[in-house]
Amino acid sequence: MLNKKTLFAAALVIVAGSSVAHADERYRPISDEVVKKECGACHMAFQPQMLPKRSWIKIMDTLDDHFGEDASLDKETNDDIKNYLVENASDSGWWSGKFLRGVADDWTPLRITEIPYWVREHNKEVPNWAWSDPKVKSKANCVACHPRAAMGNYDDD
Amino acid sequence: MKKVICLTAIAAAFALATPAYASSILDEYRNQAQQENPSFNGFSAERGKAFFLTQHATGKAETPACTSCHTNDPTQSGLTRAGKSIAPLAVSVSPDRYTDQRKVEKWFRRNCNSVLGRACTTIEKGDFITFMQTQ
Repeated sequence: MLNKKTLFAAALVIVAGSSVAHADERYRPISDEVVKKECGACHMAFQPQMLPKRSWIKIMDTLDDHFGEDASLDKETNDDIKNYLVENASDSGWWSGKFLRGVADDWTPLRITEIPYWVREHNKEVPNWAWSDPKVKSKANCVACHPRAAMGNYDDD
Repeated sequence: MKKVICLTAIAAAFALATPAYASSILDEYRNQAQQENPSFNGFSAERGKAFFLTQHATGKAETPACTSCHTNDPTQSGLTRAGKSIAPLAVSVSPDRYTDQRKVEKWFRRNCNSVLGRACTTIEKGDFITFMQTQ
């Protein structure tokens, strides 16, 4: 029997559920020790689910000029890391995640901070002055505001 | 008794022959420098200091000098452009800094290219570590 009370309870569950889902910024932590160590030497090792395969391939093929620094690796390490990143990229599964929305097929973004989803989420909540805080220094410094980012947890707002 | 003396002598020889790691890497650079240039007469902490502090600006625009990320004081932590802390370069503060040859070579390869736009010479590398040993 569907009475008003049941409907109301169901609606409540849906609303509560979806609001929880919105705050759920969790990503699978990087499980590969080499990826963690090498990518994490200069910046936090970013979860590969945030860029498409073609982006990771281009990044790993141009490490000798990595955003203005030589971050090159020996070939074997480079290939291992590239494989891991490609296997876990935003377009590696059957689903199409939020980090792919608005990313045209002929665009190869090289920065997670250019991805429309990232831009929208940060524009909503982060004032411009916060980016120039010396403790933040760079948009690549996720942990400045998301202390559990390396564990894949970006739930801080 | 002879055996004991013998063993003690062997143990002592090992203990004395095993150099501190930082100087074993330095020994390799010294040998290499001698081979490259017979008139090589040792590394210099002074030259290393000057090299460390120079604004080279011949490599990538973002990193004109060692000090761009490591700061002017090797006993202090540095900061990468992405905001991650870098352990101090000075041996007094980071005693295991120059103990892994692959790691040392990897970072000289990357950072010399970033800062100078070329590989560092053996003398530059030796001077650099010699300077850091005095810090």
